[in-house]
Amino acid sequence: MNDAPPALLEVTDLTVRYRSVHAVRSVDLAVHQGEIVALLGPNGAGKSSFLNGLMGLVPRSGDIRLNGAAIAGEPPERIVRRGMTLTPEGRRVFATLSVAENLALGAASRRDREGVAAMEAEIYELFPVLAERRRQSAGTLSGGEQQQLAIARSLMSAPRVLLLDEPSLGLAPLVVDAIFELIDTLRRRGQTILLVEQNVELALDIADRGYVLANGQIVLSGDATALRASQGVERAYLGIA
Amino acid sequence: MDVALQQAVNALSLGGTYALLALGLAMVFSVLGLINFAHGELMTLSGYGLVLAAALGLPFLPAVVLAVAVAMVSAVAMERIAFRPVRNASMATMLLTSFAVSVIIQVLFQNLISARPQPVPVPSALTGAVSIAGLDIGAIQLVSIAATVLLLAGLTLFLRRSLLGMAMRAAAVDFPVTRLMGVNANRVVAAAFAVSGLLAGVAGVLWVAQRGSVDPLMGFAPVLKAFIAVVLGGIGSLSGAVVGGFALGIIEVSLRAMLPDDALPFRDAIALSLVIAVLLARPDGLVGRRPAMR
Repeated sequence: MNDAPPALLEVTDLTVRYRSVHAVRSVDLAVHQGEIVALLGPNGAGKSSFLNGLMGLVPRSGDIRLNGAAIAGEPPERIVRRGMTLTPEGRRVFATLSVAENLALGAASRRDREGVAAMEAEIYELFPVLAERRRQSAGTLSGGEQQQLAIARSLMSAPRVLLLDEPSLGLAPLVVDAIFELIDTLRRRGQTILLVEQNVELALDIADRGYVLANGQIVLSGDATALRASQGVERAYLGIA
Repeated sequence: MDVALQQAVNALSLGGTYALLALGLAMVFSVLGLINFAHGELMTLSGYGLVLAAALGLPFLPAVVLAVAVAMVSAVAMERIAFRPVRNASMATMLLTSFAVSVIIQVLFQNLISARPQPVPVPSALTGAVSIAGLDIGAIQLVSIAATVLLLAGLTLFLRRSLLGMAMRAAAVDFPVTRLMGVNANRVVAAAFAVSGLLAGVAGVLWVAQRGSVDPLMGFAPVLKAFIAVVLGGIGSLSGAVVGGFALGIIEVSLRAMLPDDALPFRDAIALSLVIAVLLARPDGLVGRRPAMR
């Protein structure tokens, strides 16, 4: 692996602690340019805490390098400007703002007006339903539409690394398929993604590599194909790993 | 008939002042979850800004600009010095901090200037009456209504059209996710305080222009009313604060006009009973919905 290019996102020894509870313990993880990496694990394994720690939304310690730059001491807004953002669990669109306003805020970190306008046009092409509803307030959208808006809003900042937290949560199976098709589209466009997902099968179908988290620690990692074949993933979910 | 019209003007002008104050409170609350009990002191500061301007020999209009600027700068300074260190602390801690700020400012004015009211020169054009269609209407009431309408319209435009305004509305819905948009949290909070200072500053000038004097405790009563207006309209809703302010102004002026003389001393008690009646029927206020889960 010595001749491999350095990872776009390189996490070393990341720990997230809420008071005395260790949600994430000393996790090492890397995401390379153009990769989709799945972070799997049962409920409460620390997956969301890991993503929130990466973004600086919760106190964390350890080393995080984004494209070589150390970002572990920076607040979320600065990390977004450096090229990493998170589509949070539960969508969390700004319900009282319109679709267009949600998207405009997604680009709040950018100064290049033309780039933003081009990106907006591109987003509306990629998400036709958002174009139809651009004047509607986000709270009136269906769950699947809100998830699309949440992802689109993140894309507006043109992230080098996109963190997706449980994009399928609470959505009907058909809608989940649509969201994963969208993720596949993003991959073909070269978007680097770190994906946290409950649905192991879907996640490993789309991912290049995966990590399995249990009790805040990585218990298993490897190529998606290898992980799919191994029984370690199931065991981690059952709590016997 | 002309009495009714005069009362309507009074109600709108008093309600407008309450609305400005309530909106400032609601703005800070919606972004930060802080109930700022020192909001009244921003009014006081703007009043003393008028006194300072008079001492400097400034004409009235520049004096108003100075007074409002004093309130805005003080609001931003308040946040920077007192509230930022406790931003992530519990609501009780923030509330007590704002009490402390309020008392400190009152005591400073009492000891460094005077506990007694200071006169503020108000141009005669404002103290007089304007004749409209054969009716005499207080000039200051008309100015106050016009200022309220202009300010609310300008603020609406700012909140809808500018990125910072949108970020403030977004922060009221979900502050952490607003930061995930790359929006600087400190900037949004500072902007919320600056706007609340602007609104309190204008309200302070209007309040002082009607009374002709300022004193260190002058902010207490109107801001207490503004708190009631916020609750009446629905906590956390900006439009609710405005509606609550006007509703409270209308209730107070109507009671003053309609109650028999013997009952006048009880008018605040009666007004508050009406507010409680409204809240019993609509626990989330006139406009409020249940706040979304955070």
